[in-house]
Amino acid sequence: MDLLLHLAVVVAIYSIFALSLNVEIGYTGLFNFGHVAFFAIGAYTSALLTLSGAPFAVGLLAGLAAAGVCGYLLSIPALKLQGDYFGIATLGFGEILRMVVSNEVWLTKGPMGLPGIPRPEILGFIFDTLPAYLALSACMALTTFAILAFVVLSPFGRALKAVRDDETAAEILGKNALRFKIKSFVIGSTFAGLAGVLWAHYTTFISPGDFTLTETILVLLIVVMGGKGTLPGPVLGAVALIFFQESVRFLRLPPEWTRLLGPLQQMVFGLLLVVLMVFRPEGIIRERGGRHGD
Amino acid sequence: MIEIRNVTKAFGGTRAVSDCSISLEGLTITGLIGPNGSGKTTLFNLITGLLKPDSGEIRFLGKRIDGRLPHEMARLGLIRTFQLSRVFPRMTVLENMLLAPQGQTGERLLSLWFRLPRIRNEESDNRERAFELLDLLGLMRLHDQFAENLSYGQQKLLELGRALMAKPRMILLDEPTAGINPTLIRTMIEMILKMRDRGQVFFIIEHNMDVVIEVCEKVFVLDHGEKIAEGRPEEIQRDPRVIEAYLGC
Repeated sequence: MDLLLHLAVVVAIYSIFALSLNVEIGYTGLFNFGHVAFFAIGAYTSALLTLSGAPFAVGLLAGLAAAGVCGYLLSIPALKLQGDYFGIATLGFGEILRMVVSNEVWLTKGPMGLPGIPRPEILGFIFDTLPAYLALSACMALTTFAILAFVVLSPFGRALKAVRDDETAAEILGKNALRFKIKSFVIGSTFAGLAGVLWAHYTTFISPGDFTLTETILVLLIVVMGGKGTLPGPVLGAVALIFFQESVRFLRLPPEWTRLLGPLQQMVFGLLLVVLMVFRPEGIIRERGGRHGD
Repeated sequence: MIEIRNVTKAFGGTRAVSDCSISLEGLTITGLIGPNGSGKTTLFNLITGLLKPDSGEIRFLGKRIDGRLPHEMARLGLIRTFQLSRVFPRMTVLENMLLAPQGQTGERLLSLWFRLPRIRNEESDNRERAFELLDLLGLMRLHDQFAENLSYGQQKLLELGRALMAKPRMILLDEPTAGINPTLIRTMIEMILKMRDRGQVFFIIEHNMDVVIEVCEKVFVLDHGEKIAEGRPEEIQRDPRVIEAYLGC
């Protein structure tokens, strides 16, 4: 039961993480390969603040703001680049940020990590049990979903899709493509920061090893498998991937079996991915005409 | 309305547009013709800000516009279509149309949260207008399809409809009837004429002389980037320099 609750918390946090990336990849066509950096910025900001005595609410808001501001600062030079080059720039940013976190020991304690991050406390209630934390993260995930759904279904979201489909044609119709891309990137980064904050206060220990390229790849897979450019896609993708990754734990097997099952699981996972991309490249949920179509 | 003065644009050693002067003052539908590679599309790209002229100036409603960014041109009331249609493939036909109106409140991220009633009104007005235009273009029943599912000719019609949705002062059409079937050519021509009667101004690149004669009030002819003739379509057809440019030598 605890394992299930734990997985549900992880799913909620990764849903937020994936939803935020989907705004960039699915709706604006920005292939961001450094998304984990903003997750890390949110996590570290909130962790450092609450460890030095600030209340959770302050850490949370500061985490969101820090991720958003960093997203803005990165987007200005990076979005001058097109397509693949933009992807490489964000990949570089993700790696640089991890290096900074590993080396600026005075601030982040480097590879030692930050232990003892307090559990969130809001209005005197401490979210220190699994069900309580699940309620908190599920609430945050629902709020994120509602806000991002509102944004992408609005005329603003429509302009993002136009920039995604054909930047020149969007410009010709009076849309300042660069401005829309920057805004999309800042929104994505801010909500990635939220996921990071929730992660830090859930595990209560973070270190640079939590924020590697593998995390970016995982969240990319969640978005692409779930169905980019759709609203439920990232959530479904998060459920499917997190549960699949952890599924071995549910089977109570003798140790010598699990030794084999670990690598086998990765192989099955890879195979499933190939099959999915060949037969349904658009992901589990297919993008369809928007609600403007009725 | 558009005033092009001594505009030159070279790519490497080739002068795509060479010391070209064109005035579209007081004209409703103007044609731009010339053999392939004569610089027609380059001229359109210069007018709409996709390229900057090397020298010369372009004025629109008295304001200098050369060197401005494409999205500023749309704000000033200048919208174009492309030779190979550029609809937004993964957006529905209706979304393509709704995107075009300028200065939408709902496209500003902050206004989204505070001006919802106004956004709703704008959307429903735009939607009404979009349906009216889609009906005229014969695309009504396709309104909730992705634009990529339309035939090539239908995409060109959608592009025209999208341009009209922006309510521009002037629409530049780059070969609107190229590569589409005769029925859709009829729809296209009738739409252009109907919108002209409602006061819409057009500047059209067109190869099909029948279309040029039917719709254009005045025609400019380009060859090797230079303007070689201008006048009413019937006069142009008889101009020896034009005949020479087309039949080659």
